[in-house]
Amino acid sequence: MSEHILPKRMYLLVWAALMGLMVLTAVLSRVPMGREVNTIIALIIAAIKATLVLLFFMHLKYESYKLSAVVFVAGFFWLLIFFGLTLTDYLSRHAFGAPH
Amino acid sequence: MATSTEVVAQHSLQHHFANMEQQRESSTLGMWIFLVTEILFFGGLFTAYVVYRSMYPDVWEMGSTHMEFWPGTINTIVLLCSSLTVALSVRAAAMGAQKTTALLLLVTVLMGFGFCGIKAYEYHHHWVEGTIPGNLWHYNVAENPDGTHSVPPHELQLFFFLYFVMTGLHALHVIIGMCILSTIAFFAWKGKYTPEYHNPVHISGLYWHFVDLVWIFLYPLLYLIANKHV
Repeated sequence: MSEHILPKRMYLLVWAALMGLMVLTAVLSRVPMGREVNTIIALIIAAIKATLVLLFFMHLKYESYKLSAVVFVAGFFWLLIFFGLTLTDYLSRHAFGAPH
Repeated sequence: MATSTEVVAQHSLQHHFANMEQQRESSTLGMWIFLVTEILFFGGLFTAYVVYRSMYPDVWEMGSTHMEFWPGTINTIVLLCSSLTVALSVRAAAMGAQKTTALLLLVTVLMGFGFCGIKAYEYHHHWVEGTIPGNLWHYNVAENPDGTHSVPPHELQLFFFLYFVMTGLHALHVIIGMCILSTIAFFAWKGKYTPEYHNPVHISGLYWHFVDLVWIFLYPLLYLIANKHV
């Protein structure tokens, strides 16, 4: 067998967790904590949901061939560079009085 | 003497692969490389979103009040459920239960129709409201008593421009995913796949999960900014 089969219960548990996190993010968005705090919490929850989908539904955790995970991590790392370097520019313009 | 599954396996093994294992790993790796390009593709739009939101936070909050809570939330539920049915269909394919694979994929495609229907309802709402950027824009931003606007009207168009491009591109992926999954469901029903050879089901499933991943981030970033009451 080239790939082992995970129990159906695991998929249902991951799905239940995803639904629970979705309800949590919807409810927490109604709690006024300041726009920034609300957004950060929503993004943390989204990141947890994404991790669950990647690890369990997309089998990154169980893939026997680890190169797939390496490719994903490399792509994600590039995305962080993309965000990071762009924002160091835009977010620092105001601080240093540069023209917008 | 080859058993029947080995015959099937040999039949579906392409000549440039050493064995089924290598063929499966190669197709999975290829799909992940494609998905990484998709991550960067959407990443550009998310970057644009972050840049302009950091410039016009009030506009983004106002734009978010134009998003209807329940259609967005129901669509999130629909996509999360469809990810489950896809994951179970891949599992069924790995076990050789091809009819189950086909039926689960059919359910997924139906949920895809549901998603697109709700999205169309929302787009129609924006059409009526006049919040389509460009010449079709006829939404008037509320004016303050002193004649200034509560938020800059042009920047509100910027929000809607990003909204339509991001959700539109995502919806396009949903439609492509529905076409792919229908095709896979058809072949599964015909009995094309085996526990040894079901790479097409697996990598098509990866594509659908990716579509779900994008929505997981679009939902809070577009629908849940403002503290409006339901």
